[in-house]
Amino acid sequence: MELLSGADMLIRSLQDEGIEYIYGYPGGAALHIYDALFRQDKVKHILVRHEQAAVHMADGYARASGQPGTVLVTSGPGATNTITGIATAFMDSIPMVVLCGQVASTLIGEDAFQETDMIGVSRPVVKHNLSVRHPSEIPEIIRKAYYIASTGRPGPVVVDIPKDMTAPNERFEYAYPKKVKLRSYNPAIRGHAGQIKKAVDMMLAARRPIIYAGGGVILGKASGQLTELVRKLGFPVTNTLMGIGCYPASDKQHLGWLGMHGTYEANMAMHHSDLILAVGARFDDRVTNATEKFCPGARIIHIDIDPASISKTIDADVPIVGPVDAVLKEMLALVKESKEKPDAEALSSWWKQIDEWRAFHGMRYETSPDVIKPQEVVEMLCRLTNGDAFVTSDVGQHQMFAAQYYKFDKPNRWINSGGLGTMGFGLPAAMGVKLNYPDDEVLCITGEGSIQMNIQELSTCNQYNLPVKIINLNNQSLGMVRQWQDMNYESRHSHSYMESLPDFIKLAEAYGHVGVRIDRKEDLEPKLKEVLAMKDKLVFVDIQVDRFEHVYPMQVARGCMKDMWLSKTERV
Amino acid sequence: MRRIISVLLENEPGALSRVVGLFSQRNYNIETLTVAPTEDETLSRLTVTTSGSDRVIEQITKQLNKLVEVVKLVDLTEGPHIERELMLVKLKATGSQRAEIKRTVDIFRGQIVDVTSSVYTVQLAGDSDKLDGFIQAIGTSGVLEVVRSGVSGIARGEKVLSL
Ligand SMILES: Cc1ncc(C[n+]2csc(CCOP(=O)(O)OP(=O)(O)O)c2C)c(N)n1
Ligand SMILES: [Mg+2]
Repeated sequence: MELLSGADMLIRSLQDEGIEYIYGYPGGAALHIYDALFRQDKVKHILVRHEQAAVHMADGYARASGQPGTVLVTSGPGATNTITGIATAFMDSIPMVVLCGQVASTLIGEDAFQETDMIGVSRPVVKHNLSVRHPSEIPEIIRKAYYIASTGRPGPVVVDIPKDMTAPNERFEYAYPKKVKLRSYNPAIRGHAGQIKKAVDMMLAARRPIIYAGGGVILGKASGQLTELVRKLGFPVTNTLMGIGCYPASDKQHLGWLGMHGTYEANMAMHHSDLILAVGARFDDRVTNATEKFCPGARIIHIDIDPASISKTIDADVPIVGPVDAVLKEMLALVKESKEKPDAEALSSWWKQIDEWRAFHGMRYETSPDVIKPQEVVEMLCRLTNGDAFVTSDVGQHQMFAAQYYKFDKPNRWINSGGLGTMGFGLPAAMGVKLNYPDDEVLCITGEGSIQMNIQELSTCNQYNLPVKIINLNNQSLGMVRQWQDMNYESRHSHSYMESLPDFIKLAEAYGHVGVRIDRKEDLEPKLKEVLAMKDKLVFVDIQVDRFEHVYPMQVARGCMKDMWLSKTERV
Repeated sequence: MRRIISVLLENEPGALSRVVGLFSQRNYNIETLTVAPTEDETLSRLTVTTSGSDRVIEQITKQLNKLVEVVKLVDLTEGPHIERELMLVKLKATGSQRAEIKRTVDIFRGQIVDVTSSVYTVQLAGDSDKLDGFIQAIGTSGVLEVVRSGVSGIARGEKVLSL
């Protein structure tokens, strides 16, 4: 057997885990590891400009590929800078391993230079964390970390590595474990057959059914099974913000996404349904609105890998704990076998009703002869990229417009921070995607507020040649905050106005990229075409959009699913 | 309703802080908490008493189960069980009080485990109500110091919580 130092074992473990890229930033406690990185060329390291961005890069990659991302940082400030990124991944169940340097084990507890209790600090925002207590444990700990991060309900795992664990002078036998044994961690591998049967019987008897699909369908790689089941049953399907792309948006059975800024038809259909099949979704407060008024006539079947997601906010009539792909497959088989068929007459009158709702609103917005509307920018981008780009976003109105008006037919293409709502996510996430999918179009649809939260990464893009397209829907304000102030605080715009914005064009150029400003409506299409034609350039497109636009529909606070504002003046 | 949840936990550094952290992070309350290694030194046994609606209790057990280091758990209050808590209490004991205290300790089946000219130290085990009852019977004015272990519990009969 080979003898390796702790640092070399760590890097070898990453190689044996099949890790191609890691994202990170060096510092004292991680220097043995960085030296080991230098002495090999299989694992490639991307040097970011702020550790938060390293985590979002790993996260963007994980969301696009379904594979765990990897981050390497130093102790203390390096580690604490990752926290927002880790919390972002945690809220959206993204698989990720974050390797953190730590002061030497002999110094822990002494307030040593750059010492932070990362195990304690990260505890509430990780799926699990592990610390290395002897160098020889490293291969097993790394194997465990990836296993825990990517199985069951995925999530981030932090590994804390005291500096003496990676010291170059001590060597140990290296073998990468093939299997992990964890007696206390056994995620479900299939759903309960009896429950599945019961659910299928209810589905076939339903008169106004709806399928409500969440991010779990994408994480569980079950889009194919979901699509097949939905088509077989002929039911309407809606999905959450996190579930965008799990069912093709251009399909007739798709009602768009639901919840606070969901479509009129999706929210209406949910409210009036008699059966909800929830798949990998968690009845989050941005979906349900007031829980006590939630869908009064509906019985609920809830499939989720995480038992704690079931009956947490809304009681399920038929809970099914299991991986969504396996459960949907079994459901489909039962539906095919069954002598019962969905009630065609009931379904057709249900569809008639839904189509009326669809026609009533249809995601209309007012256009203007001279002001550029953010919605039309997104619609145009969707058209110009054939709806096939990876789109990352930040948080605010631009995020909602991107999600509403870009039509995703594939999973893993819409990449946003849904659970934590982290401004600053979009650019680094786009970079993580572009690095791993260099031939695909990668758009970051952002706002002038959000982009400034990780703008330093333009420098990383230059170093590694990451030609993403940044679409800055510049409304010169923290638009989503301003919208809430318009609606709830009589338009008192307390600190939601962005004064002294930088010249984004010069800024992009200073970092070695191309900047394009669009402020006239007639320039929009030709300039966007030019931008998209610059395949190998990062282009920062600063688009001056309507400063007063609001996102609609918007659910009325503390109401039920169907209580919505449809424009500044229409309420239903 | 008050519940007693018994947990088998990997005996590893940091595992206990995850359990405690979960309760504060999710706004669940802890009334008592006891923990010690078991006959299998790789495992700790932890007993927590808490209260909440059925939905909250269901969430507590599910969220605890989700912790990677939690091996198994049971809500003892769902079935017949035995619960015990240990109390050590220091009482002012002078003159006629001494006989009076001795009588009360006997009634509660406690023991006087340490004596000075003015103080008795009493040891008492039982369920939490019994310990409360003893303090009430003695009267708080004579109590100098109380230390309670928190509840430990075990199911009655054949049922065991083990690997
Ligand atoms: C890190 C962080 N801080 C604060 C917020 C609260 N917040 C939500 S949306 C928003 C405004 C975002 O402004 P901008 O990026 O310009 O987007 P717009 O809404 O104008 O499209 C703010 C401040 C947040 N989501 N994330
Ligand atoms: Mg803005």
